[in-house]
Amino acid sequence: MSSGIEAQVLQPYKYGFVTDIEADVVPPGLSEDVIRLISAKKGEPEWMLEWRLKAYRNWLKMPEPHWSNVTYGPIDYQGISYYAAPKQRPKLESLDQVDPKLIETFEKLGIPIEERKRLAGVAVDAVFDSVSVATTFRETLAQQGIIFCAISEAIREHPDLVRKYLGSVVPHNDNFFAALNSAVFTDGSFAYIPKGVRCPLELSTYFRINASSTGQFERTLIVAEEGSYVSYLEGCSAPVRDENQLHAAVVELVALDDATIKYSTIQNWYPGDEEGRGGIYNFVTKRGACRGKNSKISWTQVETGSAITWKYPGCILQGDNSIGEFYSVAVTNQRQQADTGTKMIHLGKNTRSTIVSKGISAGRGQNTYRGLVKILKGADHARNYSQCDSMLIGDKCGAHTFPYIDVRNSTAIMEHEASTSKIGEDQIFYAKQRGVSAEDAVSMIVNGFCKEVFKELPMEFAVEAQRLLGISLEGSVG
Amino acid sequence: MTEQYVADFKAFAGNGAGGAPAWLRKIREGAIARFAELGFPTTKQEEWRFTSVAPIKETRFALAHAAGAQPPSVAAIEPLLVCPPGSPRMVFVDGRYAPELSSVGGLPRGVHAGSLAVALTSGRNGELARQHLTRHARWHESAFAALNTAFLADGAFVHVAAHTILEQPLELLFVATGGRQPTVSHPRSLIVVERDAQAAVVEGYAALTDDVYWTNGVTEAVVGEGARVEYYRVQREGRRAYHVATTQSRQERDSFFGLHAVTLGGALARHDVLTALDGAGAELILNGLYVLRDSQHADHHTVIEHARPHCASHEFFNGVLDQRAHGVFNGRIIVRPGAQRTDSKQTNNNLLLSTDARADSQPQLEIYADDVKCTHGSTVGPIDQTALYYLRSRGLSPEMAQSLLTYGFAAEILGRMGRADVRDRLDPLVRAALA
Repeated sequence: MSSGIEAQVLQPYKYGFVTDIEADVVPPGLSEDVIRLISAKKGEPEWMLEWRLKAYRNWLKMPEPHWSNVTYGPIDYQGISYYAAPKQRPKLESLDQVDPKLIETFEKLGIPIEERKRLAGVAVDAVFDSVSVATTFRETLAQQGIIFCAISEAIREHPDLVRKYLGSVVPHNDNFFAALNSAVFTDGSFAYIPKGVRCPLELSTYFRINASSTGQFERTLIVAEEGSYVSYLEGCSAPVRDENQLHAAVVELVALDDATIKYSTIQNWYPGDEEGRGGIYNFVTKRGACRGKNSKISWTQVETGSAITWKYPGCILQGDNSIGEFYSVAVTNQRQQADTGTKMIHLGKNTRSTIVSKGISAGRGQNTYRGLVKILKGADHARNYSQCDSMLIGDKCGAHTFPYIDVRNSTAIMEHEASTSKIGEDQIFYAKQRGVSAEDAVSMIVNGFCKEVFKELPMEFAVEAQRLLGISLEGSVG
Repeated sequence: MTEQYVADFKAFAGNGAGGAPAWLRKIREGAIARFAELGFPTTKQEEWRFTSVAPIKETRFALAHAAGAQPPSVAAIEPLLVCPPGSPRMVFVDGRYAPELSSVGGLPRGVHAGSLAVALTSGRNGELARQHLTRHARWHESAFAALNTAFLADGAFVHVAAHTILEQPLELLFVATGGRQPTVSHPRSLIVVERDAQAAVVEGYAALTDDVYWTNGVTEAVVGEGARVEYYRVQREGRRAYHVATTQSRQERDSFFGLHAVTLGGALARHDVLTALDGAGAELILNGLYVLRDSQHADHHTVIEHARPHCASHEFFNGVLDQRAHGVFNGRIIVRPGAQRTDSKQTNNNLLLSTDARADSQPQLEIYADDVKCTHGSTVGPIDQTALYYLRSRGLSPEMAQSLLTYGFAAEILGRMGRADVRDRLDPLVRAALA
């Protein structure tokens, strides 16, 4: 391609502003006292504190993993502040009492927390640093018995439910970052869909990191009872800073008989600048358990942000006939790195999984797909189809594919396909010849490349995703 | 357990080790030190996740050395040969060259095939060996290659001079005879095919024993500019044997290398195939077939390194796994920065014939250049029910239909082999393994 590629005109990160708000920040450092403090601030019961401490003690014994295909300097776990909350009145009666500055922040991010600005029926839980500031449409949801609130609130109000499911999919000692999260998680969302209910709204959480020198450790738990359905959306952003901030979240999904959970993520944390300074380390553990028969969990992710993305949303297909899906678009530009993919563990009979992963590398980005498909002895007639395609834009980026396939049942069928190729030069030429600019041509080609994934997203998200992709790749072709 | 090998090495080196030249002795010293440092790999290591070498680690192997033992007869050897009768052959018994069983008399001018031990001590060949031996196979990175290098004493030395064409396939047969106690041999081969030359080499491993023994081989192949080499590797070790091997190739500009690995034997086998396309326009064909049953375990790790632009590589590995067999395939394609216009394709298909059989497949792409076309695919599954149904509807018995489809699956790899004469000799071996 012409040398014009190098003439990159990088659009600044749009969500990089800082909200000037008085915050209650715990001094940096991690110890049992800090965990006790977080627990006390959240007004948690004793069992929760015990659980956190157990996780912390385990974490101390765990070595930090380094097997991924990403490079980063050492993380100073004592240099992070594990709790930051905007100061506000202790008890909120209604949304009107939320600090206007916060509402403004979320407005700027395009997230409506005022209910009258209802956007196509999306209920939002807005998380600002370590606390949930507002959850919309709670009453509407409550009428159907749906619980949708901040997890810290759920621990207080619905302890039995939380206690039953928290850590049942991602145990507190699952891995290094999950253990850290279990010890210090501050907020996140909790959703419970009762038996036979089809959630009338899209549930959504928007995460915002604002304070500096903090990490964000949220925890999300979604339980779908028998025959229920829920679609959940997750979005995130952070201010532009030269430091690297750690985001180590845990998401647990539980689907019982005939239940369906659809989980969509648009990850747009600050990716760092063109020299690779700053940006979020997005080290997340996401896992769903299809516990019941005929249950289904579908992950859709669009990863455009973060300096480093390292996550594998997975499904444990326990129930017979259960279905796991993973649709992913990961974009790495500038010096971003991504090592992402999925894990599909087939335990039940006739379980099916589909993996569609699209990686796009531009600039000096390094994009890795890593996935595991494991079909165990009892998973008769299990079926997997995986497709991982990578597109390269520019000659300094890299695309890597590392699938792990482990089949222990001879009636199972699994197929994996992957391809890596350069963006079609002749396609760009054709578009230019028809009067379409190179930039628009690239955007068109990339959108076509990602179509299979975008069509899985809820409509508003799909529009947002296409726009984001355009911004992320802006200037990657001259 | 590494101390035992270090002690054995001291004894081996103390004997003068066949009068090896000083440069080699130095490398051996380094290799045993490296082995002691690395130790036997464990399943905690990524490269060995699915293959436990504990049985090798825990067995006390004595260094196999046929000295004094009664060498096998020609009649005993002949059924183990793969190449058509009359082809030139070199036979190695427990890793040592057996001239009385070999026949390399009629080789054309410019082709030299002989014992590595002899070549090391002779002038011109010694210089060639020094230039290439241990320079390609990365013993620093592999404990087994390091161990082989430490005990490097004999094996095949094949040199085809520039512009020379070797019409007949040259067979290298490594036979194990076993012994009262478990033995290990470390055969080491070097194949150098110079500019614009052509050759076909068939490297076979077979046994005259049902005892426990271990073959730890390394072969280095250098394919010069514009040269064409067909290399077949037929592993038919004994049912209780352990087989660990590294095959390392390096290709220069516009060369062709066809590597065909057929794995039928051994209780536990691990074969690392490392290829480097180190000249523009080089082409590599990498075929593999493994047919396993009982509790056989075979692990193939292949690395195709595209270091230069305009190279092509095509890799096909098929596995047929019956009873409690476990097949592991790990294939990595690396495209180095600047290796533009790379065209690389990799496929691994596994057929599971029993509920206890297991397949692990890891095709991997690691790409650092943008103008490339790389694909990989992998499948694991039982026999296609619709194909079975079709054949049965045509009047074939279920057994007949299954056997036909299984053979067809294996024959796909045979069909990709370049030489019809070798393929025709391999066909019955594969049929027997499937029966």
